[in-house]
Amino acid sequence: MFAAISAPDFFTFAAAAIAAVAGAIGVVTLRHPVHAALMLVMTFFAIAVLFVEQGAQFLAAVQVIVYAGAIVVLFLFVIMLLGVDKKETVFPKDSVSWKLPAGLVLSIAILVELSILAKGVWATGAHSVTAAPNGHSNVGVLARAVFTTYLLPFEATSVLLVIAVLGAVVLARVSKIQEDISSESALEDEMGEVNAR
Amino acid sequence: MSVPGSWYLILAAVLFGVGAFGLLVRRNILIMFMCLELMLNAVNLTLVTYSRMLNDIAGQVSVFFVLVVAAAEVVVGLGLIVAIFRGKRQVTADDLHVLRG
Repeated sequence: MFAAISAPDFFTFAAAAIAAVAGAIGVVTLRHPVHAALMLVMTFFAIAVLFVEQGAQFLAAVQVIVYAGAIVVLFLFVIMLLGVDKKETVFPKDSVSWKLPAGLVLSIAILVELSILAKGVWATGAHSVTAAPNGHSNVGVLARAVFTTYLLPFEATSVLLVIAVLGAVVLARVSKIQEDISSESALEDEMGEVNAR
Repeated sequence: MSVPGSWYLILAAVLFGVGAFGLLVRRNILIMFMCLELMLNAVNLTLVTYSRMLNDIAGQVSVFFVLVVAAAEVVVGLGLIVAIFRGKRQVTADDLHVLRG
């Protein structure tokens, strides 16, 4: 089995797989949110390498730009903005005591289930006879699929993005009424202090 | 010959399992969110692997759409975290038991 795989392919896969799993374990176990975010970048890069390995060059580029670039930077912005970058204990004593074993059992069950699925033949379905992704340029084949067969879903994603932007704006801004209430209560506090004197 | 697809699938399963473990065990909402991204990425890897194994571009198109949805989800999710933080001054899941029955 090992003899059939060419050495560069094997070593690329091994290095990327080790980096991805190490990064994932780092995200879960590190105490500091900023460190966890940096570990997440490592995992994203490793997955981008695996995308290139499998001939999905465009998705690898998008993976680096969108995930490792935009999304992790957004995470870091929020961590820094909120000032929640203090350390926390990873497995605190005061929380539900059976949480750690229950999480361990559940995630191992998921892992076993997915591994069985990965080995099964029936999960892989039928081979496509047309539109081979390899052989032609990856970007060209992908673009043809997105702008012909999947044009409607592609347009729908633009609506989704607009909704997400609107949602973020609505969530992030302090509403006028809330502001009034908080300033009124602050005023009352001040009045109370003045009266007490 | 390149690495067989089942290896990629098992790697994706491991990443998904680690992400699920983190989501279940950690209390910091930001880290739970990162674990969610990890699980999404594991699924993306699975889709690209199937796309190669079945010689079908549809898997890669699915990854493209998952990316868009993940970006939207991160924007709204982080907005929610900021809104929660404004009221509660902390972002651990144990502090958010308002809806508990």
